[in-house]
Amino acid sequence: MLLGRTANGIYWMARYFERAENMARLLDAGLRMALTRAENATEEWTSVVISAGVEFPFKAKYSEFSVGTVTDFLLRDLDNPSSVLSCIEAGRANARMVRTALTREAWEAINDGWMSLRRQLSEPIDERDLPSVLDAIKRETALIRGSIFGTQLRNEIFDFAQLGTYIERADNTARILDVKYYVLLPSISWVGSMLDNSQWESILRSVSAHRSYRWVYEAAYKPTNIADYLILNARMPRSLAFCYRMIDEHLGFLARDYGEKHTCHQTVQQNVGKLKVASIKDIFDAGLHEFLAGFIRDNNKLGQDVAENYRFV
Amino acid sequence: MPAFDEMMPDNSGVRRPYSGYDQWFQSQDPSRLTQKTLDAERAFRRTGITFAVYGEAEAAERLIPFDIVPRVISGSEWRRLTQGIKQRVQALNAFLDDIYHRQEILKSGRVPQHLIAGNEAFLPEMVGVRPPAGVYTHIIGVDIVRTSENEFFVLEDNARTPSGVSYMIENRETMMQLFPELFQRVKVLPVENYPQLLRQSLAAVKPDSAPDVPTVAVLTPGSFNSAYFEHAFLADQMGVQLVEGQDLRVVDGHVAMRTTEGYKQIDVLYRRVDDAFLDPLTFRPDSALGVPGIMDVYRAGNVTIANAPGTGIADDKAIYSYMPEIIEFYTGRKAILGNIPTWRCSDADSYKYVKEHLSELVVKEVHGSGGYGMLVGPTASKKEIEAFSHKLAAKPSNYIAQPTLSLSTCPILTEAGLAPRHVDLRPFVLVSDTIQIVPGGLTRVALKEGSLVVNSSQGGGTKDTWVLDD
Repeated sequence: MLLGRTANGIYWMARYFERAENMARLLDAGLRMALTRAENATEEWTSVVISAGVEFPFKAKYSEFSVGTVTDFLLRDLDNPSSVLSCIEAGRANARMVRTALTREAWEAINDGWMSLRRQLSEPIDERDLPSVLDAIKRETALIRGSIFGTQLRNEIFDFAQLGTYIERADNTARILDVKYYVLLPSISWVGSMLDNSQWESILRSVSAHRSYRWVYEAAYKPTNIADYLILNARMPRSLAFCYRMIDEHLGFLARDYGEKHTCHQTVQQNVGKLKVASIKDIFDAGLHEFLAGFIRDNNKLGQDVAENYRFV
Repeated sequence: MPAFDEMMPDNSGVRRPYSGYDQWFQSQDPSRLTQKTLDAERAFRRTGITFAVYGEAEAAERLIPFDIVPRVISGSEWRRLTQGIKQRVQALNAFLDDIYHRQEILKSGRVPQHLIAGNEAFLPEMVGVRPPAGVYTHIIGVDIVRTSENEFFVLEDNARTPSGVSYMIENRETMMQLFPELFQRVKVLPVENYPQLLRQSLAAVKPDSAPDVPTVAVLTPGSFNSAYFEHAFLADQMGVQLVEGQDLRVVDGHVAMRTTEGYKQIDVLYRRVDDAFLDPLTFRPDSALGVPGIMDVYRAGNVTIANAPGTGIADDKAIYSYMPEIIEFYTGRKAILGNIPTWRCSDADSYKYVKEHLSELVVKEVHGSGGYGMLVGPTASKKEIEAFSHKLAAKPSNYIAQPTLSLSTCPILTEAGLAPRHVDLRPFVLVSDTIQIVPGGLTRVALKEGSLVVNSSQGGGTKDTWVLDD
């Protein structure tokens, strides 16, 4: 038996830590782009902010997109509810609220991560220290995920944590693709240019897939392959198809355990169905941007259905 | 008069209960012990054993300082304490039952009527209500101070919602991690089964109509409450749900919690929410911490609330001085554990004594608080005593007097080695069809030299409390 409020806390705890990690990856990719293509840095930082989904609050505070303003806003600004610091504070507050649902190891990993990161993020970050801070964020969130994975009972608590993780991750991957979808369109891209190569690499890098890409596809970047990898490849742990495989599985466990199906089970089937297209070409033919925008909407709806069906509030 | 030191009283060497610990201590490297103190602090912070300090937005979670020198109580000392505590707890429950029913103690004149009638802690809503299994105060933390080898006094009864039991358990846990070898050398009675006993004890006072295995839950005001760690700790260790007011509502005449599968009935609620916030329909209408209508469910006998609403009348300040009479009235025997002696100046003999001993006593107004209108005899000037004696003579019944107590001390580890500091003791009592007391408790220690203030909000710390298996 699980309180609706506890399920809500678990779900959001997982979402916030996932978001903190994604934020670090996004900044990592942005930093790399800014270093290699100094002349277009502003454009690059702008798309990082848009991918993070915080364009409006950012513009309300700053007029300039630069490494200083963007990293500060995305890493440590508590006015930005999606900054890493906001995420680890909110993630830990949720964990504390549902503490009885967590193993001691999971709680200690969360508490340790919170103590360490809030200390590192207490002062503005010097550009030189940025790589090590980003690494620390990825490491702490990995430790949290690992301790949850290694010690939590595979029950409804775990299912709600996984739902939070994968709904957040799917949203994140879809956003990154949607912000950069135009560089993947065959009509305006021509294979091999330096500009495209680094844009493509940046997309892969922001989901930490620039190495594994080469294991799955040929060495050269091809926009259709990149899209295929991040959307349809069910073995790529940050792809939309993978996220939905996991979401489908955990909603299935809940339906079995509780002996009851809800609207969220219909929604997930519809969303999974849309990812079961013959090839990435079908998606391009129908319009990549339209597909991604629709996916982000559907994914949001699933989150709302889960909250409603399992009485989060 | 120097305070009684529980480890090394003046000129008489180490007391017996501490001899095992002392032998071990003498063989320790001081720098290793200092390191262990830091280890303990890290362990507490890591586990999140913190308490919130109200009104401090930043760093709102603080550690209560932990001292690694245990406070040791011998088996025979403990047996005497438990007898006294059991008697007291019986009397408290009998008093509550009487106050909310026949009020015989008031009719007999042993406790004055006006102390009850005009008291905020007395809940008229509870008159004539008999709680499931007839128990009013299920969980009690009696504050006890010691003044010499054989003198113990009760400072406060804490019959409402005593806190600190999680520290009793975690302090032991930490000590066993830091010094496993010590526990092989000295046989200490275990305290870690407290959560199991608590759950059994709560289940034993379920409503008659509840299922054989009742659903128990802990009701917390929420994660911003200063004792939230303890609420979560107890729910977790008992294996029951930790609920907030927003999770609960009344469904079909029962209290129910909102789960992922709909509303589920709760039979026993261990509440850590004050009376006033329990039911916005009955008490404070602005409360968001409680459950609208829970008092109706309670009166219908469909839920156990522990501790029962209205319990506060038993540990009220005004009632405290009557505890010796209350104990005698209901148990037929003199109190085994004394109150701090209190002279009520309304009584002619007491007044005469107080008048003649003003320079030794603390004299307080009966209804005063916060130290106003008070005389501290030992530190007052002749002129002040003179002036006060006129006030006292004008209306003796307005005053009570107590001796200034010299609390016992226990050594703590400081940079300069062991040093004595004042301590008190809070054992935890569980009442169902039996009364159980885990051998141990929370020892609070004033960390400042000479200070008598042990409260954690005032810089007090805690110690592991050992009851020896001897």
